[in-house]
Amino acid sequence: MAGKVKWVTDIEKSVLINNFEKRGWIQVAENEDWNFYWMSVQTIRNVFSVETGYRLSDDQIVNHFPNHYELTRKDLMVKNIKRYRKELEKEGSPLAEKDENGKYIYLDFVPVTFMLPADYNLFVEEFRKNPSSTWIMKPCGKAQGKGIFLINKLSQIKKWSRDSKTSSFVSQSSKEAYVISLYINNPLLIGGKKFDLRLYVLVSTYRPLRCYMYKLGFCRFCTVKYTPSTSELDNMFVHLTNVAIQKHGDDYNHIHGGKWTVSNLRLYLESTRGKEVTNKLFDEIHWIIVQSLKAVAVNASPSLTSSTANDRILKYNLINDTLNIAVPNGEIPDCKWNKSPPKEVLGNYEVLYDEEMAQSDGTDRDLRGRPGQSTGVKGSRARDSGKPVLTTWK
Amino acid sequence: MRKAQGSWEKRILKSLNSMCTELNIPLAQKRPANEQKELLNKWNEMGTDEPDLSLFRPVYAPKDFLEVLMNLRNPNYENGEQPSFRNHLGLIQVPLKVKDIPELKEGFSELGLNIGQLGIDDSAQVPPEFFENEHVRVGQKVLAEQDSAAAQQYVRQGCPTALRADLWALILNISNQPEDILYYEQLKSNVIQHNLLVDSLIYKDVKLTASNDDYYFVFEDYLYQVLLCFSRDTSVLEHFAYSSATPPKSYIQGKLGMEEYAVYYPPNGVIPFHGFSMYVAPLCFLYHEPSKLYQIFREMYVRFFFRLHSISSHPSGIVSLCLLFETLLQTHLPQLFYHLREIGAQPLRISFKWMVRAFSGYLATDQLLLLWDRILGYNSLEILAVLAAAVFAFRAVNLMEVTSLAAAEAVLADLSTLKVMPLLQIFLFATVT
Repeated sequence: MAGKVKWVTDIEKSVLINNFEKRGWIQVAENEDWNFYWMSVQTIRNVFSVETGYRLSDDQIVNHFPNHYELTRKDLMVKNIKRYRKELEKEGSPLAEKDENGKYIYLDFVPVTFMLPADYNLFVEEFRKNPSSTWIMKPCGKAQGKGIFLINKLSQIKKWSRDSKTSSFVSQSSKEAYVISLYINNPLLIGGKKFDLRLYVLVSTYRPLRCYMYKLGFCRFCTVKYTPSTSELDNMFVHLTNVAIQKHGDDYNHIHGGKWTVSNLRLYLESTRGKEVTNKLFDEIHWIIVQSLKAVAVNASPSLTSSTANDRILKYNLINDTLNIAVPNGEIPDCKWNKSPPKEVLGNYEVLYDEEMAQSDGTDRDLRGRPGQSTGVKGSRARDSGKPVLTTWK
Repeated sequence: MRKAQGSWEKRILKSLNSMCTELNIPLAQKRPANEQKELLNKWNEMGTDEPDLSLFRPVYAPKDFLEVLMNLRNPNYENGEQPSFRNHLGLIQVPLKVKDIPELKEGFSELGLNIGQLGIDDSAQVPPEFFENEHVRVGQKVLAEQDSAAAQQYVRQGCPTALRADLWALILNISNQPEDILYYEQLKSNVIQHNLLVDSLIYKDVKLTASNDDYYFVFEDYLYQVLLCFSRDTSVLEHFAYSSATPPKSYIQGKLGMEEYAVYYPPNGVIPFHGFSMYVAPLCFLYHEPSKLYQIFREMYVRFFFRLHSISSHPSGIVSLCLLFETLLQTHLPQLFYHLREIGAQPLRISFKWMVRAFSGYLATDQLLLLWDRILGYNSLEILAVLAAAVFAFRAVNLMEVTSLAAAEAVLADLSTLKVMPLLQIFLFATVT
């Protein structure tokens, strides 16, 4: 009988600790022998840094891959995707096909983006092609909507101009690095409001790539009606959907927190736009996720703070399902263990992409098969996305 | 019944008038020009308005209405005539005729075990070739031929989500012609020009109910756009011809009692109560064009919803639904019924609010829409009573263990995980009676 998993965390959140305790795992200290360490971002950096880091042993698991920041830092993410596309192009991969205007057919999912101040001049050139366009500035190293603003005039980002006499030495450091992207000002609105999607993806192994998407993702709505009018550019409640920002708006509601489940979204879209369009939308979302992961190796640092009671329940269940997949049967981890987990342990996750399965029996798999679990709570069923990537989405 | 409805109406109107006097707000008044302009600008985002509503209270809540229904008595009624009713232990004491299970099975035959249903046979484990694909194909054909009667028959087995909006419109005969859009715009301009006291009641209701709902909060603004117009729509008065209710009247200031100076108030004759906006909310999942949403809601109201808050002997009227619910429960789950009664938890006290709202706000939206499919398909609200009984049957084991009304309420507080079609099917067709 294997021993109990020993866990450590430096994040004092009940959704984590309750999950560890209910499995009968044993809490230990950081300097003791541990099997499972749920780390904060700072700790991860230390563990994997060249100077202070140490090697994990075969029976240890952590909750982030070493280079997770390659996807969470906006400038690195953009760089990785651009590089990935070029690589595919060089290989002659059909995925990198372009249309007659030079746009990628299958990989065009990042809007025109530049790094500032590095690409300032390139940006200006692009800006001048469309002087009435709006752009969104996001600081590279921040999250939860901090420091984001919109601009529609070059003068608003004078600070980042390399020639500018006002640019100080400080602004050249990576701390002040920003990405600037073309702002999409005709987003899909529901009830006249803008929303974004918060989806949870678990990457259990990177080589071969095995990732799972949590079926109970959600949409976060802006509390104020969306208007593309320039007078509202400063009103962050209109444009940004991060809960951290919306929480301080007058209309923020603490019962539902301005969120919808993804299944509500699907029901609404199917009812008002039809099934084909809705299926296509979700297919493309899944595609983007898988391609982004392939472009780089990572995960993210999702907020584990719960803003409403429903939220707490969701995150508890999310961590529960995550642990079931990452540490199957509650056994002490073994890095040689590489099998795909059986369907029963997936809980509310569904297979997003399993590279091994995709490569081994692509033709045998029943493309119309569905995941073993139905969603149960509040919604219509999810679509199966465990299909071999290339043959379905091309 | 008419007498009871008449006195209930008097009470409501009295309550409205006294609120009006207390707060010193007229029932109706013309808006000054600048206010009109402001409202027009804000038409699409009235939800961001924060008028002071603290002094307004809903004119009545479902539980007030239940008290009235419980006290209905027929002075002509001789107990000996209907022996079965003598033993009725529920809250409703009016011996209306309601269906029993064999009659319900016949009436709802398309919900039988051998017949494909959306809400059951489209679940993840069932291959779509069994039922779903063909059902969708038939639905598309019905729409292509614009056959309203066929549509009504078709939706008894449920609507595919992508076809539902069009199928309901076909059944309700809503085509959103230019003149309909014009009519809606006319109502909108009435809203801009005149302020009604009931507007505040509507605001308050939306803020209290739909704005706090997990599914419907997104559509808050649409609800104002529909309900404010609805209050001013005099074409709604036509439904009083087949309703036991009469629209409330008010008199121009100083001309009390003079019929030449009487007007219906509100103009559509319908005073909203607590939860009224929940009739509209689910429809926002189907229609996002305001004038179409409006017409669909109006038609749903004058065909179905009005029966849920007026006193009549109609089989789809709320009194009959209550009696049907109680009779089903007492006949088929007598132990549960007696137990709940013993502990002071008369089942109707819990299920009443579900039925009055046609389950809106209690079920998950996709389940609610499957339920309303059948309301349209069978042109009857009886399914609400059957579902209410089925819910009690489903949670019977837990309910047998409770010892208070509060505990019973707690067992039945959360219906959001229920699947309505399996519940209905099991209750009607798979329970040993």
